Amino acid sequence: MALSKPWFVERSRRRFAMTRECGLLLLVPAPDGVRSGEHLRVIRQDRNPGSDPLFSGLFSAHTRSLDPSVELLQNNPCLTEFITSVLAMPEPNPSILSFTLRLAGILAASESRFQHLQQEKLLARLFGADGPLNSTLWEDASVRSGWVKGVHRMAQHQPALHFLCNGGGLDVVFSLQGDPSLFVASAASKLLVHMLTFSVESETTKPLTTMDCDWPACAQMIIKHIEDSLRSRSASHIEQSLKLLTSVFGSCRAMWTAVLWSGVAKQVESFLTEETVQVQHMLASLLLNVAWSPVFCDTEGSIWPLVTSALEHLTPVQAGPLAAGLLRFYKCPQDVRIQALTVLLQPMDCILRAASQPLEHAGLLDESVSDPTTLESLLCSKSSCVSLLCQTLARLEELLSLARSRVDLPHASLLRALMTLLQFCNGFLSPASPLGSTISRILINCFRVQRSALGVLAALSERKGCDALIESLFEVLLAYLESPNTSPTVLKKTFQATSRWLVHLQEPSCSNSQQQHTEKILKDVFLVLQKHLCSPCWEVRDSSLEFLAVLIDRLKDRDEFRQSLLSSAVPRLTENLLEDPESYVRASAVTAVGHLAFITHFAPESPVVGNQYNKENTVAKLQEILSTDTEGFPRRAVISVFTEWLTQGCTAQLEDTEQFVSRVIQTVEQDLDWEVRLRGLELVSIFCSQTISRLGRPECPYAPVPSKVTKSINPIELLQIFCRAKLFGFLFRSLCDCDRPVAQRACDILIILEGHFYPIRHLKESQMTANPAGGQGIAWLQRTLRQGSLAQNFPTDGDNGVDFQDAESMMLALGTIDFIEIHDEVNKSSAHVEESPQSLLQDILATVGTVEDNEVDCY
Amino acid sequence: MMALPYITEYTGFAGTVYATEPTVQIGRLLMEELVNSIERVPKAQSASMWKNKEVQRLLPAPLKDAVEVSMWRKCYTMPEVNAALSKIQLVGYSQKIELFGAVQVTPLSSGYALGSSNWIIQSHYEKVSYVSGSSLLTTHPQPMDQASLKNSDVLILTGLTQIPTANPDGMVGEFCSNLAMTVRNGGNVLVPCYPSGVIYDLLECLYQYIDSAGLSNVPFYFISPVANSSLEFSQIFAEWLCHNKQTKVYLPEPPFPHAELIQTNKLKHYPSIHGDFSNDFKQPCVVFTGHPSLRFGDVVHFMELWGKSSLNTVIFTEPDFSYLDALAPYQPLAMKCVYCPIDTRLNFIQVSKLLKEVQPLHVVCPEQYTQPPPTQAHRTDLMIDCQPPPMSYRRAEVLTLPYKRRYEKIEIMPELADSLVPLEIKPGISLATVSAVLHTKDNKHVLQLPPKPPQPPASKKRKRVSDDVPECKPLKPLLSGSIPVDQFVQTLEKHGFSDVKVEDTAKGHIVLLQEAETLIQIEEDSTHIICDNDEPLRVKLRDLVLKFLQKF
Repeated sequence: MALSKPWFVERSRRRFAMTRECGLLLLVPAPDGVRSGEHLRVIRQDRNPGSDPLFSGLFSAHTRSLDPSVELLQNNPCLTEFITSVLAMPEPNPSILSFTLRLAGILAASESRFQHLQQEKLLARLFGADGPLNSTLWEDASVRSGWVKGVHRMAQHQPALHFLCNGGGLDVVFSLQGDPSLFVASAASKLLVHMLTFSVESETTKPLTTMDCDWPACAQMIIKHIEDSLRSRSASHIEQSLKLLTSVFGSCRAMWTAVLWSGVAKQVESFLTEETVQVQHMLASLLLNVAWSPVFCDTEGSIWPLVTSALEHLTPVQAGPLAAGLLRFYKCPQDVRIQALTVLLQPMDCILRAASQPLEHAGLLDESVSDPTTLESLLCSKSSCVSLLCQTLARLEELLSLARSRVDLPHASLLRALMTLLQFCNGFLSPASPLGSTISRILINCFRVQRSALGVLAALSERKGCDALIESLFEVLLAYLESPNTSPTVLKKTFQATSRWLVHLQEPSCSNSQQQHTEKILKDVFLVLQKHLCSPCWEVRDSSLEFLAVLIDRLKDRDEFRQSLLSSAVPRLTENLLEDPESYVRASAVTAVGHLAFITHFAPESPVVGNQYNKENTVAKLQEILSTDTEGFPRRAVISVFTEWLTQGCTAQLEDTEQFVSRVIQTVEQDLDWEVRLRGLELVSIFCSQTISRLGRPECPYAPVPSKVTKSINPIELLQIFCRAKLFGFLFRSLCDCDRPVAQRACDILIILEGHFYPIRHLKESQMTANPAGGQGIAWLQRTLRQGSLAQNFPTDGDNGVDFQDAESMMLALGTIDFIEIHDEVNKSSAHVEESPQSLLQDILATVGTVEDNEVDCY
Repeated sequence: MMALPYITEYTGFAGTVYATEPTVQIGRLLMEELVNSIERVPKAQSASMWKNKEVQRLLPAPLKDAVEVSMWRKCYTMPEVNAALSKIQLVGYSQKIELFGAVQVTPLSSGYALGSSNWIIQSHYEKVSYVSGSSLLTTHPQPMDQASLKNSDVLILTGLTQIPTANPDGMVGEFCSNLAMTVRNGGNVLVPCYPSGVIYDLLECLYQYIDSAGLSNVPFYFISPVANSSLEFSQIFAEWLCHNKQTKVYLPEPPFPHAELIQTNKLKHYPSIHGDFSNDFKQPCVVFTGHPSLRFGDVVHFMELWGKSSLNTVIFTEPDFSYLDALAPYQPLAMKCVYCPIDTRLNFIQVSKLLKEVQPLHVVCPEQYTQPPPTQAHRTDLMIDCQPPPMSYRRAEVLTLPYKRRYEKIEIMPELADSLVPLEIKPGISLATVSAVLHTKDNKHVLQLPPKPPQPPASKKRKRVSDDVPECKPLKPLLSGSIPVDQFVQTLEKHGFSDVKVEDTAKGHIVLLQEAETLIQIEEDSTHIICDNDEPLRVKLRDLVLKFLQKF
C-alpha cells in the first residue's frame, strides 16, 4: 500500500521510545561518518518536510532530554544554523516553521541557552513582533500551535517570563485563547495557567495574603486580564476566563489561589443570576474545582454559600455535574450534601410524582432546591428529557457503585422511581397527570433510558431497605424479560439486574417473606430463559447463557435454585447450544455448561436424568470443542472451564487428574490461538501447585498457615508425575513461543518449579557443576531457549538428547538453566531492537533521497 | 378483496374493478381456499331463528353481542368468485387510469404484500391519496412508494397495524423461539395462517433459522387447497418483488428460499390432510394451515389431535382474529398457546414520519386512529398526531373533503390561440380577450374558434332554426386602469369646462360640472356620467374618460 508519509514515520509512530541515548545520537556524529546535524538537514530539505507532526514531535522529544547547558548550542552550531536558515526562508513550510518554534522553545527552556539565543537575536524573530505573528503564515493553525508550544517550553525561567510580558507575547497568548482552532485555544489556556502558577511560585518571596497582595508582574498581568474579562459583557471573554480559572483551581492547590479567588468570587457569583450573559454552564466545573481544593476545605469557608447558591440557580442539567461531584467529596458540609442530593434526585422525584395521583406517594424529596417548573419543562421535551434522565441515572449508578459512599440515598423511594421509569418506558404504566402522559409518550420504547435505569437498578441490589418492593420489582423485570419488544441490549441489562437481585433474594439478610416468593420467581425466570435460549437472535442467546452462568456461579449452593433449574428445560437447551453456529454463543454455552456441571455432575447428589450428556460425554464434548472448533472463543472458554474444574478439585471425579491434564496439554499446545495456550499454562500452573501442595516437600513448620501436604514423596517421584502429564515439553516449548505472554507465563511457572526443587541457590549451582557431561542435551536446550521465539522446529521428545518425560533430565534442566535470565529476555519487547532510537535515526538518514523508494510500508 | 363477490354479485354493481395482477391471483387463491374449506363440510340445513333479536339476546356471549346478524351472508361460491374476478381490469404500479376525464387514478406500491397498492386520485388541480395497508419494513414486496404521495391535498389514511404495540421483528423472534423450544422438547407446532402473505416471510426466517437452531430434521408441512399454487405464484411475480428478490430472478434463482426448502424436503405441501399427507406425516413437526379463525379448514383437525398434550404449541401469527375467541370452543386445552401477531402495516411512529415526509394539507382517517386504543387509554403515543388535526370518519359516514374545486383546465385550440392579441398591462402580465365556443365532453373542456359570422343570405330566404349557432356579437373592448383625478380635471378644463369641482367620497371622487349640471362619479371599479338628456355631452365626456383607460 502506498503511503503519503515516509514509511519510517509510520513505523516510528508505532514503535518509538524516547531515550536520552537517542538525543545524543541526534547530534553526535554517527559512527558511520554521518556528520552532526544531518538529521536536521534532512528535515529541512525533505520534499515533504516535517509534514507529519508526530515526526517533528518525536524529534523534539529527543532534544528535550539533552544537556541543559549552553554548550549544547555552542558545540552544535547546526541547531542555531537550522533556526536561522528556516527564518531566512521567504516562505517556509508551516510545518517546518512550527517545528522550529517548538525546537527553539525546547532549547530556550534552559536559561543559559535562552540568553544565547537572545544574543543571536533569534527569539524575537521567532516569538516576538518580528516573528511569524505578523506574517501570513500566522493564519496556519500549525504555526500558531507551534508558537504556543514553543513559548510553553521556553517559559521555565524568569527571563523568559519577562521576555514574554515585556515583548507583547502575553497579549498574543490572551488573544489565542479564543483561537478558532480548539487545539491552539486549549494550548493557550494551558500556557496561561502555567505562566501564572510559575510566575507566582518562582517570583514571590513572601506568602501572598488578601491584605498584602503583591503579585509578580507576569501574574499581575494575567490576573488583571482575568478580572477585566470577567467584568466585560462579552460571553466569549468571560467563558475564556472562567475556563482559565477552572484550570488554575483544578491544577494548583497553593494558598495563593485563595487570594486569587477572593478577587473574582463576587464576579463569579453574579453570573449565577446574570441573564444577559449566559455563562452558567461554565460555573459547575469551576465551583467543583474550587470546592475540591484543600485551600477551601474549611467548612466555614466562604465557598459553600456560593455552591449552595449555584445549586439553586443553575438548571438541573448544569447543576447535575456539580451535585454529583460534591457528593463524592467527603468534606462537603452536610447541608450542602443534602442539597446536592436533592438536585440529583429531583428528576427521579418528578418521575415518581408524574406517575401517581397527588398524595398517593410521597415522592422522593420533601422539597425541591430549584424551580420545579424548569425541571418539568425539561422533562416535557423529548431531547432534553432523555438526556437529563440518562445523565442523572449515570450519576446515580456511579454513586451507588462507590464502595464507601457517604451518601444516604433513599433506596426504597429510588427503587420505586426506577420501577416507575421502566414502566413508563414499556408503556405499562398509566400516568395520572398530564406531565406523566407527556413523559410517558416520550419514554415509550426509549432504549437509552431503559438501559440506564436497569444499570442503576442492578447497582441498587447491594443496598438495604428495598425488600418490601422486591415482588413488584420482579414483576417489572419479568415484564422486560418476557416482552418481545425488549431490544437485545436492554435484555442484556435486564438479565444483569435480574441476576443481581436474584442473588440478593437468596441472601440471609433478605426477609423470609420475600424468600417465599423465590420459587415462583425462579420458575418464571427459567421459563422465559428457555425461550431466550431458542431465540433466533444470537445476542439474545449469548446474554441468556451469560446470565445462566452468573446465576449458577452465585447460587449453585441454594437448594431452591438447583431444583428450579433442574426441573426446567434450561440445562438441555444449554447443552444444545454447544453446537450453535455462532462462536460467541458456543463460547458462552461452554462456560454455562462448565458451571452447570458443578450442579449436574460434581455435586454430591447428581440428580439429572434425561440430559443429553452425562459426565463423561460432557467432558468428551468439551474436549472435542477444544480440539476441533474453528473459532478461538469456544476453545478459550473450554480451557477456562477445565481450569476452573481443576481449581475446584472436580477433575478427580472424572478420571485420573494426571491423564486429564496430560490430554488437555496435548491438545492445547497445538492450538494456534495464543490465548488458548496461555490459559493452558494457567491449568498447568494450578496442576503444579496442587500436586506440590499435596505431595511435595513439607513447608516450614513455622509457617503461619499449616501445610496441606498429606503425603510427601521424593522430588524425582514428584517430577515423574509432571513428566507423565507431559508438562515439561509444553513448558519448554512455550518458552520459545512467538507470543510473549505465553513465554512469560511458562517462564514464571518454571521459576516456581525451580524454586520448589532447588529451594537454595547453592544446590542449583552444585547441580550445574556436578553434571557437566549429562547436560549435553540440556546445553542444547539452553542454546535453543536463548534463541527464544526465533528457535525453529522445537524438537519433540527424545531428539537431541532431551527427554521431557524423564524426571532425572528435567531435574537436571531445572537445576541448570538460568530461568531468571530467560525471564529478563522474554520480558523485553519482541520488537525492542526495531524500537531503539538508533533504528529510527538510521532510518531517517537512510531515507535521504530515497523517500519514494520506501513508500510501501514494509510492516 | 375477500368481500369482492358480495359487492359485484349482490349489489347490482355494473362498473369496472381495478386491481394489480398479484392481487387478483392471490385473492383468487384466498377465496378459493375459503370456498373449498366451507364447501368441504356442507351443512344439511342452516338455522336462522336465532337471528331473531328476542332469541339472540338469550344466547351466550359472544353470540348475543353480535351486531347486524340479519345482514350476515352465506359464503359465496366459486362461480361467484369467477364472476367477480372477471370484472377486474388489471393495472400496474404508476399506471395512470383516466376515469371519464374527471380524475386520474394511479396505483402505487404500498409495500405490504405482493401487488398491494395505495392509490392516487387526482384532477388537474387536486390530489387525493388513499393509503391502505402499507408497510415500511423490508419484507418481500416492492418497497412503499412514498414520494408519489407528496403534495396531496387530502391523504386518506387507513389500514394501519391492528396491533400497534407488537413490533413485527420482536414477534418473528418470539415465533422462532417458541417454535424451536416446542420442537426441542419433542412437541409439535401448529401455525394457523392464510396461504399467502406473512407465511412467505415466516418461511424465509425459518429457512435461515432451522439449521442454526438444530431443527434440520424437523418436517415443515404447509397444508392448504392452494398451497402449491401459492408457493409457485410467489416465485413468478418477479416485477412485484423487492429489489433483492428481483435480482435473484436474473441469476437465475428462485426469489423465495422456500423453493430450496421444498427441494430439500424440509418443507412439504399438501392440498389437504387426506391422501399423501397421511402417509408422510411424522412427528414432531411444524404445520402451517388455515383457517386462522380455527373455525374451519384443516387446522380444526390438528387442534383436536394435538390440543390435549402440553408438549404441543399453537402459535397465532395472523392479527385478524382474537386468539382467545378462536380458542374458546377448544377449551379446556392442554397445548401451549402463543400469540405472536405479525402485522407489518404502518404503526403510529411510522405514520408520524410518513406524514412529516409527505406533508399532506389534510389527513382523513377512521375515528379509531384519533384516540388511544380503548384498552390502553394512557397510550397517547398510539394515535395519529399531526397538524392540522386529522379529520375523522365513522363507519358508513359520508364526508365532505376539506377542499373546494376552484379551477378547471381548459385547452385552447391552436387556431384560436393564434388569433389572440395579448396586451401587456404590467411587465410580465399580458391579457387578451377570448371569444370562443366552449366544448365540454367527458369532463374535458376545449375552447374552439367561434363559427364565422353567417354570410348575409343571398336570397331573402328566412334563416332556418336548425342553423342556429351561437351568435357572436362584436365585443366591446374591456377597459382597465385608473383615472387620475387631477389630470382629468385639467383635461376637462382644456376642453372648455371651466366650473369643475371635485368632491372626495368614501369610494372615490365626484367631478361636478356645475354649468352643464352634470356629475361624473369616479369609483374604483366604475365610472358614471350623469347628465340630463344631453347625449352629445355624455359622449364627449365618455371619450375624455376613455382617454385615461387602457382598452383591449
